[in-house]
Amino acid sequence: MIDYSLDELCAVACAEAWRDDGEILASPIGVIPSIGARLAKETFAPDLLLTDGIASLVANTLPLGAASPAKVVEGYAPYRTIFDIVWSGRRHVMMGASQIDRFGNQNIAFIGDPRRPKAQLLGMRGAPGNTINHPTSYFIPNHSVRSFVAKVDAVSGVGYDRAAALGARASRYHHLRRVISNKGVFDFETPDHAMRLRSVHPGVAVEEIVAATGFALVIPPDCPPTRAPTAEELRLLREVIDPTGLGKKELGA
Amino acid sequence: MPDKRMTVDDVVAELRDGMTIGIGGWGSRRKPMLLVRAIARSALKELTLVSYGGPDVGLLCATGKVKKIVCGFVSLDSIPLEPHFRAARQRGTVEVVDLDEGMLQWGLYAAALRLPFLPTRSGLGSDVMKLVPELRTVKSPYDDGEELMAMPAIALDVALIHMNRADPRGNGQFLGPDLYFDDLFCMAAKRRFMSAERVIPTERLLDEGTVHTLRISRMMVDGVIEAPGGARFTSCEPDYERDEALQREYAASAASPEAWNAFQAQYLGASS
Repeated sequence: MIDYSLDELCAVACAEAWRDDGEILASPIGVIPSIGARLAKETFAPDLLLTDGIASLVANTLPLGAASPAKVVEGYAPYRTIFDIVWSGRRHVMMGASQIDRFGNQNIAFIGDPRRPKAQLLGMRGAPGNTINHPTSYFIPNHSVRSFVAKVDAVSGVGYDRAAALGARASRYHHLRRVISNKGVFDFETPDHAMRLRSVHPGVAVEEIVAATGFALVIPPDCPPTRAPTAEELRLLREVIDPTGLGKKELGA
Repeated sequence: MPDKRMTVDDVVAELRDGMTIGIGGWGSRRKPMLLVRAIARSALKELTLVSYGGPDVGLLCATGKVKKIVCGFVSLDSIPLEPHFRAARQRGTVEVVDLDEGMLQWGLYAAALRLPFLPTRSGLGSDVMKLVPELRTVKSPYDDGEELMAMPAIALDVALIHMNRADPRGNGQFLGPDLYFDDLFCMAAKRRFMSAERVIPTERLLDEGTVHTLRISRMMVDGVIEAPGGARFTSCEPDYERDEALQREYAASAASPEAWNAFQAQYLGASS
C-alpha cells in the first residue's frame, strides 16, 4: 500500500476532471487545482494548454512556488485572449466556491444583502461567463454546511436549474463536470442534474459527508473510494510539481 | 507639433463631481496611482468608477470620493480581497454594479464602437441579471433565434491609464506582459489622460519594444503626464515590480482610523 496525503489525493482527483478534454486551455484557480492540472498534463492529458498565470502559454511543466526551470513559452495569452478563449469554449476552468448548492450554483461574490453585504468576497469575477460558455469544475477545500448550502446568497457560477430555465439553446455549452472537496468527489450525472456523490475519499464515512452537506445529496448504493495516486503520480507531485509542499499547506495537512 | 504634456493638477482641474471615470490596469497592476492619489487629495465627490479594480478603487473609497463602482472584482492580487473596498461596501456607502469580467470588457468595447450594446452569453442565468436590473436580453434576428445578453455600452466621461513610455503627442507604449483593456478605456471615454514612466521622443518609441507594443495612439489621448513611479505601489513591469511591503501597509491600514490616518499622511501627503 502506497502512503499518500489528503492534498495528494485531492490533486489527483482534480487532475481527473481534465481527463479526455483534449487540446483546450486548462484554467485552475488556486493551489491544489493548479497542481492537479499540471499533473493531468504531465500524465494522461498531454494535449492540455496551461498559462503561467500572467500572459504566456507555457509548454513545459513548472514547479509551483519554487525557483522555476526555464519557461518554454508556446503562446501569448493576455486577458483579452483569455476572454476570447472562454467565449469560444476551448477551456475548462476549476474555480473555488464560498458556497455551492444542490444544482451547482456557485457564489464567490458576497454574503448577505448586496446593498450592504455581511461579507464582500471576490466579486463575480469570470464565473458567469465561464459557466455559461464551457466546462467548469470546483475545488472546495473546506466541505461543511457553510460551503455546501441549500441556497447560495448570490449566483456567480450558473447551476443546472438556472441553465435549464434558459432553455436548451442558451444553455447548450453549460456543463459542470466535477466538484472535489476534502471529503469526496461529486458530479451532476443524475436525471435532474442534482449533485451526486461520485467517490468517497478513503477514511471518510458517507454519513460524515451527508452531515456536512446542507442539501440532499444523491448517494449511489455502491459508492467507490476516490482513486489513490499511483507511485508515478506521487513521484511527479513530490519531485516535479509541488516540491515545497504548497498543497499540504493549503489543506492544513 | 502639438505637445499634450500636462501636470497632475491640470488633470484634476478637468474633473467634476459625479463624473464616470474609467481606470486602466488590472487588480494591483499598472494602475495610474499618481493620478488616483491626486483625486484622493482633491475635493471631488460622488464619482462613478469603472475598473478591473485594485487599490485605485479602494483608495478612492477610503477617501470618500465614490458613489458607485462598476466592476467584476476589486483585488490586490497578492492580497485577494481589497480591504478598503470591502469596508466601504460592507458599510453600504458605495453602490456596486457586479458584472462578469468579460461583460465589463464588452461594455467598454460597445462604447468604444459607439454601439448601444454587444451580445454575449456571459451573464445569462447568473445573478448579474438580478443585481443589475437595467440589463436586457436580445433575441437573435437570424434563424437560430437565440436569446442573448445585450451588454449595454459603458460610456466614460474620463479615462485614466498608465503606460511604460509615451511621446509628448500621446502615443503610448506598454512594455509589460499585458495591455489589459487600457485601449478600450481610452476609446470609451470623452477625455483621456495617460501618465507614463518616461516621456520620450517619438523616434525613440521602438528602442525598447516592437511595434506591437504601441497600442495607445495619440488619437486616443488628450493629455500626457510624465510620472516616474506613477503606478507605485502597483506593478509596472519591466520598470518595477509591485511594492509588496507598501501594499501590505496599505491593506493593514484598513484596520483602524488611526492606521488609515498614518498611511494616508505618508502615501497621499506628498504629491510625488
